[in-house]
Amino acid sequence: MGRYVIRRLLQMIPVFIGATLLIFLMVNVMGDPVAGLCGDRQCDPATAAQLRKEFGLDKPVWQQYATYMGNVFTGDFGTAFNGQKVTELMSTAFPVTIRLTVVAILFEIVIGILLGVVTGLRRGRPVDTGVLLVTLVVISVPTFVTGLLLQLLLGVKWGWISPSVSSEAPFDELIVPGLVLASVSLAYVTRLTRTSIAENRRADYVRTAVAKGLPRRRVITRHLLRNSLIPVVTFIGTDIGALMGGAIVTERIFNIHGVGFQLYQGILRQNTQTVVGFVTVLVLVFLVANLLVDLLYAVLDPRIRYA
Amino acid sequence: MPEPPVPPEQPTPPQRPLRSMPPGPHLSGGGRAPEDGAIAATGMGGAMDLATEEGASLGKPPGPDAGGPQDRPRSLWSDAWRDLRRNPVFIVSALVILFLVVISLWPSAIASGNPLKCDLAKSQEGSQPGHPFGFNGQGCDVYTRTVYGARVSVTVGVCATLGVSILGSVLGGLAGFFGGVWDAILSRITDVFFAIPVVLGGLVLLSVVTSSTVWPVIGFMVLLGWPQISRIARGSVITTRQHDYVQAARALGASNSRMLLRHITPNAIAPVIVVATIALGTYISLEATLSFLGVGLKPPTVSWGIDISSASQYIRTAPHALLWPAGALAVTVLAFIMLGDAVRDALDPKLR
Repeated sequence: MGRYVIRRLLQMIPVFIGATLLIFLMVNVMGDPVAGLCGDRQCDPATAAQLRKEFGLDKPVWQQYATYMGNVFTGDFGTAFNGQKVTELMSTAFPVTIRLTVVAILFEIVIGILLGVVTGLRRGRPVDTGVLLVTLVVISVPTFVTGLLLQLLLGVKWGWISPSVSSEAPFDELIVPGLVLASVSLAYVTRLTRTSIAENRRADYVRTAVAKGLPRRRVITRHLLRNSLIPVVTFIGTDIGALMGGAIVTERIFNIHGVGFQLYQGILRQNTQTVVGFVTVLVLVFLVANLLVDLLYAVLDPRIRYA
Repeated sequence: MPEPPVPPEQPTPPQRPLRSMPPGPHLSGGGRAPEDGAIAATGMGGAMDLATEEGASLGKPPGPDAGGPQDRPRSLWSDAWRDLRRNPVFIVSALVILFLVVISLWPSAIASGNPLKCDLAKSQEGSQPGHPFGFNGQGCDVYTRTVYGARVSVTVGVCATLGVSILGSVLGGLAGFFGGVWDAILSRITDVFFAIPVVLGGLVLLSVVTSSTVWPVIGFMVLLGWPQISRIARGSVITTRQHDYVQAARALGASNSRMLLRHITPNAIAPVIVVATIALGTYISLEATLSFLGVGLKPPTVSWGIDISSASQYIRTAPHALLWPAGALAVTVLAFIMLGDAVRDALDPKLR
């Protein structure tokens, strides 16, 4: 186990460097960070040169990247366009997005697995066909359309929720945005659970459990679910990173001041340090989530041994 | 009919394999077997996860319960075609896609108006004779724009899918076939791309592009989409490479290129086709999302994504301007998912 973790940690280093370098290059090569600082007006050439020197932008890109990463590892993510420390932005933005992601993951776990178990046990019945159709529809409608429609119906027409989230973003205001963020993954979790349950239902150990005379409830929760949920749990685990990165759309619709909002502002103003800083943290979250999921895999299924 | 006698249990191997896998489709998120790489491909969203899962489960060798051919042997493809012709899901989705292709080639066949002709006096008005879908915020006819929008959306989907499939299957297939250092490098590169959330990458890369054509969007989709197909193609080629007919060809002295083209490609391409079909729908949806964020296509291009995002400002007063293009988009994506699903079922020997 220890050797496996070390091997995986070593594998992560090139991925981390590659992903951050890619974003760094995209931001730096494609846009001009100094132009963003001057606002809408054209920069005065002397000021631009001065700014370039000040920020070290006259050095080669690889040197800028090395300097930046060196700073990041000492906890210095640089400053945003308005002079605020990027770490300060993160400390306000990440709690909001983490809350939103937690709500979304809870929806995936509770509704997704429940629907998946119900449909998997009643394969071919009307409820199964109905839920499957609904999941396909949810998957095919883009998230921002789902979000806009739910905002219109629940927030404006019926007035059940407030259409936009306040800047504190407490849990109760994040329920509908969380549902919107989770919607597509929710549909996928339902399908994944359904397939897994339907497949394992015919397994020998389930037949044995039924033959032993165990109550149906115990067969399902203890024998069937424990074995069927392994792929589902691993999917939900890796989805954490995807949800946090994909929250840009949801945060924009519901005006949530989270990671997506800050990233969007940073991109609009071509602020390298905000964008690369946030993306670096997101990539780290994604990598760690993937590692944890693979380790969890071995805990959930004792047949898997990592050497 | 009595059950055939149960064969005696296989003697268990004396030592436990170092890393034994349980039977069944135990893939973690995004259709990833743990040995594939360090990162799961969940960044593209649920539809793409659906696609990779279907493709990956198709690439598995058939289990021992797959029956032999009962009558005249047929190829996998003619068998699949025979199945597909009788599948109502396939017929319906194929007809929808055919209709889309026709109207994207000749939009004037069913919409006589000009999509760029707008009358501000009619802004946000509802359905009228001759204008069944009403007008949008700029007073343009929603029906005409929805019909004309199909062209750009389908172009983006088809071009991005072609680019992704060719680049991904060539790179993934070669890496899977030759293995070794290049394979390891390619796997790490795909990990790098999977670690970047797609919408985020799109925002960063496309926010500085000023071109108003569809090509930057397509290029971006190819750039961030190829690792998905490459992983599928690599897995599929690795499975196919171990089959006896490939070993036989190698023993007969076939060259690498002959083995790849004659033996491996026809047998390994099925998962790629399934994933690519479903991915086409996701790319159309992704274009709309990018346009909504303001970095995708730009007016005066007519596309569903642009129409949906411009209608989102008027959603309280004129929701119809959003619902029609969004509906068209959803039906298109659904049609491609259903088509991919039907093709997958037809190509899966386990279901015979």
